[in-house]
Amino acid sequence: MVVGLESWTLARPELFLAAATLLLLIYGVVRGEVATPFVSVATSIVLLATAVLLFAPYREGTAFASLFIVDRLTTTMKALVLVGAAVAVLMSRAYFEQVKAWRFEYPLLVALATLGMMLMISANDLMALYVGLELQSLALYVIAAFQRDSLRSTEAGVKYFVLGSVASGMLLFGASLIYGFCGGTAFVQISRALLDGKAAEFGVIVGLVFVVAGLAFKVSAVPFHMWTPDVYEGAPTPVTALFAVAPKIAAISLMVSVLMGPFKPLFLQWQQIIVAASVLSMALGAFAALRQQNIKRLMAYSSIGNVGYVLLGLASGSEKGIQAIVFYLAIYLAMTLGVFATILMMKRRGTMVENVSDLAGLAKSQPMMAFAMLLFMFSMAGIPPLAGFWGKLYIFIAAVEAKLFIPAVLGVLASVVASYYYLRIVKVMYFDEETETLDRTPFGVNRAVAFAAAVLVTVFSLAPQPLSLIAAAAAKGLFP
Amino acid sequence: MLLQALAFYVFAAVTVASGAMVVVSRNPVYSVLFLILAFFNAAALFLLIGAEFIAMILVIVYVGAVAVLFLFVVMMLDINLVELREGFLKYLPVGAMIGVVLLAEILLGLGVLGTGSATIAALNKQGAQVLAVDNTRAIGRVLYTQYFYLFQVAGIVLLVAMIGAIVLTLRTRPGVRRQKVGDQINRTKEQAMTVVKVPTRGGV
Repeated sequence: MVVGLESWTLARPELFLAAATLLLLIYGVVRGEVATPFVSVATSIVLLATAVLLFAPYREGTAFASLFIVDRLTTTMKALVLVGAAVAVLMSRAYFEQVKAWRFEYPLLVALATLGMMLMISANDLMALYVGLELQSLALYVIAAFQRDSLRSTEAGVKYFVLGSVASGMLLFGASLIYGFCGGTAFVQISRALLDGKAAEFGVIVGLVFVVAGLAFKVSAVPFHMWTPDVYEGAPTPVTALFAVAPKIAAISLMVSVLMGPFKPLFLQWQQIIVAASVLSMALGAFAALRQQNIKRLMAYSSIGNVGYVLLGLASGSEKGIQAIVFYLAIYLAMTLGVFATILMMKRRGTMVENVSDLAGLAKSQPMMAFAMLLFMFSMAGIPPLAGFWGKLYIFIAAVEAKLFIPAVLGVLASVVASYYYLRIVKVMYFDEETETLDRTPFGVNRAVAFAAAVLVTVFSLAPQPLSLIAAAAAKGLFP
Repeated sequence: MLLQALAFYVFAAVTVASGAMVVVSRNPVYSVLFLILAFFNAAALFLLIGAEFIAMILVIVYVGAVAVLFLFVVMMLDINLVELREGFLKYLPVGAMIGVVLLAEILLGLGVLGTGSATIAALNKQGAQVLAVDNTRAIGRVLYTQYFYLFQVAGIVLLVAMIGAIVLTLRTRPGVRRQKVGDQINRTKEQAMTVVKVPTRGGV
């Protein structure tokens, strides 16, 4: 058996990304530090070009001896991940230049992590899942510690690495049990074995629990969220922006394709786990963020809460639920990138500040920036008719249709609690007396990103229909 | 057959003996060297049962990389031997218990093996019939076809590990003199030599 041309054409976006990254790596190594601006911009362009390649022309099927799968859902998720990563690379320059850690390896590691995310989204086998996940995680551990002269960044990297390795170990242990009981690692084999009566085996359930635990760590769902606030706070801000979007979307996509694919026969078993993780994440995301002063830490808890809502969509286990997840993630991507673009503009006398109180009086000194932040915060809080409201609405509709009444009600209550801290930021910006104004940011990438994100959120708010249709088409990929 | 049995007992005895020496020898460098000896003999044992691929991997990975790494660590860290040996008697019961449990598990495993339908010998025969090739070739056949994708991605993972290690640790320190081969070769006679007329009894 030889790897056919079919496989290569199907994996064209991934191959393009890998080849382009390697070429840029060689260029960077030969030219040294002077190559950094070029490599950074080129990496963003390569990531966006890869996103275009996903659709031109769109193909679906399996490749590389069924280890790799491409369908509507994986393609849509990959597009979200690629856009998130490309924007995160674009936003990083000013920050890293300021802390003197502006080196060409950073964009390349982001590109390699993105490659890993694409591979894990497309995984159709437990082994493919694992190598994709490791490629992603390993690159992310390094970029968390990228600002190596900063104690907090190094600490974030080490923490993420140690805890991430434990999670990988749990995932592998679960995978080995599933392999032992089902007689194969391919998703098709597992689903066939489960339908043939292996579903009742105790070992399979234990394996499933471990795999879900490993994946829950990667999406930072409670009770596997411990690393998130520390890593988000310690990592350089552009890296936090990347962490909040791309790996999250990829890991959720992986979770969806694993649980809704091979483990569909065990739906009742994993539904309990996902519902519990979802409710706990929503609650923790709402309550723990109330007293946070550091805005990056606050965003970490906010992202834990958001994962809770996404998991509620997954727990419904229906096509509507998956549609709601894709819809929610697209809106989450726009809002989060916008918020982080704004955070990256928070400077006072040339140094970065990251406390909520530093935003005091922003409405007077920089009304546009304050208004953009207001838009994102209202949207995240889920205030109608903003985009975030539609995202939550779709999730709750799916949950109610799946008869998950109590979790849905708890979710609504958690979102009411969470709106307190989103609105607190608005209050600080608009009503608090300024002590010392933030620097005016010259026009640059971050301002453009914040503006684009604000426009996107407005568009999604006024016309959610087109995005919802795209999400519906993506969800069809799982329910042919 | 007799020769094979003899070889097995020699290799096995040396493995066990050097394993014991790893634990008891006073000098940690000797410990690592005994560890290498144990690896070599274990590799020979794998060869005896016809698993030549694992044997070679054992030598390359464990002797070539892991043991050398151990040696580096042992020689670079200033380890206080007296302190290391302090808890020996205290932890001996726990260690012995773990050893007994492991031994019991091995014996149980061997006992179960005979009773089941699949014994190692039967499986070996099956495998040999299906593959009809030695195991290096068999692994190579699936590694470069069916699992080609995983093999390639593993390569990229290693590349990331390498980039990561360099990014996080390599620092260009000022004032370090490095050899520049290009400069050395480009040096001309005019740059390198000055002819000095030294007056007699004057000195330079």
